[in-house]
Amino acid sequence: MNPTEASGILGFITADGLAGYADAAAGIVFLIMLAITVIGGIIACNAERLVRAVAGLALCFLGVAAIYYYLNSPFLAMMQMLIYIGAVCITIAFAIMLAAPEDSKKTGPSGALSGPLGLVTAGLVTIGMIGLAVNTTFEVLPKINMGEVKLIGIKLLTTYSMVFELVSIVLLIAIIGSLIIARHGRSK
Amino acid sequence: MSILSLHNNLTTYLILAAVLFGMGIYGLVTRRTLVGMLIASELILAAASINFMAFNRFTAPDPTVGQIFALFIMAIAAAEAAIGLSITIAVYRNYKTVDTEDIVDLKG
Repeated sequence: MNPTEASGILGFITADGLAGYADAAAGIVFLIMLAITVIGGIIACNAERLVRAVAGLALCFLGVAAIYYYLNSPFLAMMQMLIYIGAVCITIAFAIMLAAPEDSKKTGPSGALSGPLGLVTAGLVTIGMIGLAVNTTFEVLPKINMGEVKLIGIKLLTTYSMVFELVSIVLLIAIIGSLIIARHGRSK
Repeated sequence: MSILSLHNNLTTYLILAAVLFGMGIYGLVTRRTLVGMLIASELILAAASINFMAFNRFTAPDPTVGQIFALFIMAIAAAEAAIGLSITIAVYRNYKTVDTEDIVDLKG
């Protein structure tokens, strides 16, 4: 509907009009988040200094969290912020500070051919996947629930309890293993 | 289809995931340091998660399954980051470099 047709100062705020504005705002925010994701990814894989690459990665993960929000999963968006931005990016930043001094050699492509060849490889993969995504018709099945957080918890502790426990063990072993690997030879 | 309704379209998310995947591949191929390669691999994992979540939202009958799978991807990615970074630190301690061209002891 056209809001200027309505009479009165606040007359244009009808239910339909509000829903239309909300949809438009959601679309605009989505486009911004899409741009943030892509720009963050470009910074993450192109920045000359690794600290900037990590900052770009954090930006990209922020955008991905917003994408999850648009995919009806605020829970996953929160976990993305907590785990990726809060833990993984900080860990990588620590590793850069510990193991990659800034006065080291260039981080860019090695050799003259590496950059263009890498670009061609990545471009071919991307174009192939986009072609597949655009040209395939996916069968949409009717939903049996809305994917609430409560149901996720119930499924994690019933249907997927075995995987849940295994992931816990994998995380535990990863923590212990990384401590042992990083500590090895430290007393030298 | 309006540009403002792109967020209700499966193809948008699939293209975004493909672009992120391509950037990850590019970074993985061209980066010269181990930490840079690790950052690129995180991009690839994020692309895979977006793909799972997109199909979960638009086509799957049970929307909890994709979220649980994305959670598992996150857990595995965190474990992978921890192990990869500790290996990086161990390599740096022994070789005093994380440049992939200097770590060629196994090269025949």
